[in-house]
Amino acid sequence: MLLAEQALNGLQYGMMLFLMAAGLTLVFGVMGLINLAHGSLYMTGAFACAAVAAATGSFWLGLVASLAAAAAAGALVEIAVIRRLYARDHLDQVLATFALILVFSEGTRWLFGSFPLYLKLPAALSGAVVLPGGLHYPLFRLVIIGFGAAVAVGLWWLITRTRLGIRIRAGEADREMIGALGVDIARLYTIVFALGAALAGLAGALVGTIQSVQVGMGEPVLILAFVVVVIGGIGSIKGALVGALLVGMTDTLGKALLPGLLSRVWDASSANTIGASLASVLIYVLMAVVLILRPQGLFGARG
Amino acid sequence: MRETLNRDTAINLAILALLVATAIGAHLAGNGFTVTLATKAAIFGLAGVGLNLALGYGGLISFGHAAFFGIGGYVTGILASHASTGMPVTSLPFTIMGSNEMLGIWPMAMLAAGLAALVIGALSLRTSGVYFIMVTLAFAQMLYYFAMSWPRYGGEDGLSFYVRNTFPGLNTFAPIQYFAICATLLAVALVFTAVVTQSRFGLALQAARQNSQRTVAVGIRPYAIRLTAFVLSGMIVGLAGSLYADLNRFVSPAMMSWHMSGEIMVFVILGGVGRLCGPVAGAALFILLEHVLGGISEYWQALLGLLLLAIVLFAPGGLIGIVTRRGRHA
Repeated sequence: MLLAEQALNGLQYGMMLFLMAAGLTLVFGVMGLINLAHGSLYMTGAFACAAVAAATGSFWLGLVASLAAAAAAGALVEIAVIRRLYARDHLDQVLATFALILVFSEGTRWLFGSFPLYLKLPAALSGAVVLPGGLHYPLFRLVIIGFGAAVAVGLWWLITRTRLGIRIRAGEADREMIGALGVDIARLYTIVFALGAALAGLAGALVGTIQSVQVGMGEPVLILAFVVVVIGGIGSIKGALVGALLVGMTDTLGKALLPGLLSRVWDASSANTIGASLASVLIYVLMAVVLILRPQGLFGARG
Repeated sequence: MRETLNRDTAINLAILALLVATAIGAHLAGNGFTVTLATKAAIFGLAGVGLNLALGYGGLISFGHAAFFGIGGYVTGILASHASTGMPVTSLPFTIMGSNEMLGIWPMAMLAAGLAALVIGALSLRTSGVYFIMVTLAFAQMLYYFAMSWPRYGGEDGLSFYVRNTFPGLNTFAPIQYFAICATLLAVALVFTAVVTQSRFGLALQAARQNSQRTVAVGIRPYAIRLTAFVLSGMIVGLAGSLYADLNRFVSPAMMSWHMSGEIMVFVILGGVGRLCGPVAGAALFILLEHVLGGISEYWQALLGLLLLAIVLFAPGGLIGIVTRRGRHA
């Protein structure tokens, strides 16, 4: 029973990481850009949702606002800063996006203050549902899993079945050629960046309902999303999904099960502390193993 | 070429002289706070010099050097706290006693940071480009979370030790004397970097950055060269971490956070990548900005962010690049 609940928690965590990692890997695959400020877009989504939900009383309007705000912030940042970085080396990209984090974080602190905000769930989504087997599980976590699955299907459809998807894939393969064929690359890049930003914003708003909304909430998630992208392979949406689920499951199950497993060897208190310390590094061990076996990631094409 | 080289040397010496003059001037004026700021600049400069070896000369964009900074700090804190209680740090496989002698602590801090750099580097260098950035960041974050969740040495709250470690013949509590120690180590690290980068090893390292394939073609294995540079770089940063811990008499997981990694990188880039004294100029400028902008506004980091953006977008050579009017690696 505990195991089933923790597995669902892991699935929910994984889906949330997927929303983050998808945008990151898309932007890297198409534009070759490493974006540290992706976590700031996540934070932007969470704050937009909290502010609009508090002003209007509607969580759904907040969710729409999170998508819109993050996409708008993404498009703005792309046009103002990011597009000057495509031709630069990764060092410049890291530094400029690090600078963007500082601007975003302090700007948000200035607007909203340092105190965390809390998002209230709509009545229809709060409470628990009884799953087959008699397990009581919070409905909203299931909703997050549903959102993640829907985004995964939607992205797959977008990339493989639509005209925009063809252009994105073509842009990944050869940017000069599609430019020569008359595609407006600058606009395509802005759209891709805004799309990734919107997904990050959505993730921020969804997670904001479980945790608090505060400045700096984006960076821990950003680094986990990096781990996901490294495991899955850069540029691969499928890799992002598999990697996100692996990381989500490993982290959640590790934290839930390790202290129990270790208590068979040590006494309860040292098993707890050692278990917690080990569980906190488990996903990085997973990443190291993947790096040793497949340095390009599970689904990565490039070495 | 010769002329610009001389200009670089002159600028390098001028930066160091300025730092030392600031500290001595402040000391004579009885302004201990400014001496401490200069000490902080020297320590951050040392960390930047360490990172520059990997980043500037080796082209290895590590976003995880805070790990080595933090390890150096924690080794110092742990040894000092054991020295005050008299309990050994460990008795297996051999007994390690606590210590409050800087001369004993520094080698231990550098050794621990070097070992960590060896493991992290051996794994991370299997990748390149953007993977390398993310992997180094992730490993540093792993150590950060480990320090957070390991309660023995303070966990989230960090570890304080009440007496600054000692150096034979000096009173380390006098700000100017501690500055002298830090500045001397910085000078030693600069000479070391200058010698190393001009050596066969250093030339191979820079060749591997500029063109890895050609380096392989002449029979040099870039992996071994890069790993060596990564370890040396980690050791210097570990030493800086040890000095920083002693400056504050406090270590905390924050020393290992991604934000610290970013800041060390900023020192290097503010000053100018791959330039000997660039990181020192960068660190000094950073401390100055923190102080000046911090006085103007509570939200000074936003201003710092905008300034950084402007430097990346419009002055890729950094501070020294502006003065010498050359881009980096020119």
